[in-house]
Amino acid sequence: MELLAFGDTGWGDELFYATLMTIAVSITAMFIGFLFALIFTPLKLSKNKFLNFIANSYTTIIRGVPELLVIYLFFFGGTGAVMYVASIFGYNEYIEINAFITGAFAIGIISGAYSTEVFRGAIQSIDKGQFEAANVLGLNKFGKFFKIILPQTLRLAIPNLSNVWQITLKDTSLISVTGLVEIMRQSYIAAGSTRDPLFFYSFAAVLYLLLTFVSMKLINRLEVKYSRGY
Amino acid sequence: MDLELMINSFPKLLNAAVITLKLLSVSLIIGLFIGLFFAILRLNKNIFINRFAYGYSYVFRGTPLLVQIFIIYFGLGQIEYLRSTVLWVILKEPYWCAIIAFALNTGAYTSEILRSAFQTIKPGIIEAGKSLGISNKVIFYKIQIPIAIRQSLPAYGNEIILMMKGTSLASTVTIMDLTGVAKYIISTTFKPIEVFIVAGGIYLFMTFIIHNVIKFLEKKYSFN
Repeated sequence: MELLAFGDTGWGDELFYATLMTIAVSITAMFIGFLFALIFTPLKLSKNKFLNFIANSYTTIIRGVPELLVIYLFFFGGTGAVMYVASIFGYNEYIEINAFITGAFAIGIISGAYSTEVFRGAIQSIDKGQFEAANVLGLNKFGKFFKIILPQTLRLAIPNLSNVWQITLKDTSLISVTGLVEIMRQSYIAAGSTRDPLFFYSFAAVLYLLLTFVSMKLINRLEVKYSRGY
Repeated sequence: MDLELMINSFPKLLNAAVITLKLLSVSLIIGLFIGLFFAILRLNKNIFINRFAYGYSYVFRGTPLLVQIFIIYFGLGQIEYLRSTVLWVILKEPYWCAIIAFALNTGAYTSEILRSAFQTIKPGIIEAGKSLGISNKVIFYKIQIPIAIRQSLPAYGNEIILMMKGTSLASTVTIMDLTGVAKYIISTTFKPIEVFIVAGGIYLFMTFIIHNVIKFLEKKYSFN
């Protein structure tokens, strides 16, 4: 227990901040994933074959290639890409991108592929009559989407999105290879300096279990909220 | 785009893919037995056995695979007692540590897949077997297990693909699998995009093959 003391003598405070970091990266990645889903879901549902092809390539590649490989691509390639873009604008100094941004972006792209599939499935399972009814009521495009389609999509999507959240949360442990100090990285540091890997990695496992447990409880509440009237 | 590097690294990555496939197949085989074992425990009426099996799958599904590998590879070596037993021959090898972690992880998911498959078997089928005078044991092995396997094929196909991606974590414990070699080439040449295209292409090809094999099996064993 001394190992977990807060302050200079233990690792309690470090692990606490690392847990907050894991939560922050997961939420950011999930949010970036939603942005990707917002772009790619319409492409998937579009009647245009070419747009379909783009969206399908995105989800197939990301879901068929290991997360770690994607992270390495961003970790080693991210700086180069940003510097290349900067050099076009005449900026030639070395730019170092923050590990948080690289990590959240890499996990976000992965999470986005799963979210896209979830939203596509949810929208496709909405009854055609709902679209027609919205048209008949004379709603414009935005009203139709935000008032009729989106609330129903959310209700259908939340159970599957909670799976995506779990995957995203667990995937953030892989960002530790880039040096971002989240739960896994902090445990690695602590295990290295105390020579007690068994304790710290087991504690990391407990922290992850706690995070998944608490988030499941919260998501269940959301589920209840969105299934009002059913 | 450095085409030469892509062509040169292709045979190296292909060799590494063999290691990935070995890791995958060995862990899947062990994991299938673990999964079947825990799925049967989950169907047990004894609450302690039931809870134990549920706890196992909850812990392994609720924590990242990376943590599991690190606990087994770095953590277990710390226990003095283990070092003096025969088990140490296995546990000092990163290869076997990775396989133990993968097998336990996929076992947890497989047990959930099989459990739900067992539970969706219509009671009428079992009753039909009983009325024919078939013993419970034979009903289980000859009726319930084959139906459960067929039911769980689509979900298990997904699990195989997820596990194939999971084997990439073996590279974190010094195993030179496909991702490990890809990382090595990236960090020596600083050409991440080229290497990603080749290594990712090999992974996608394997995903494609697994996907189609499962589809073929589904068709072959469909009830219609």
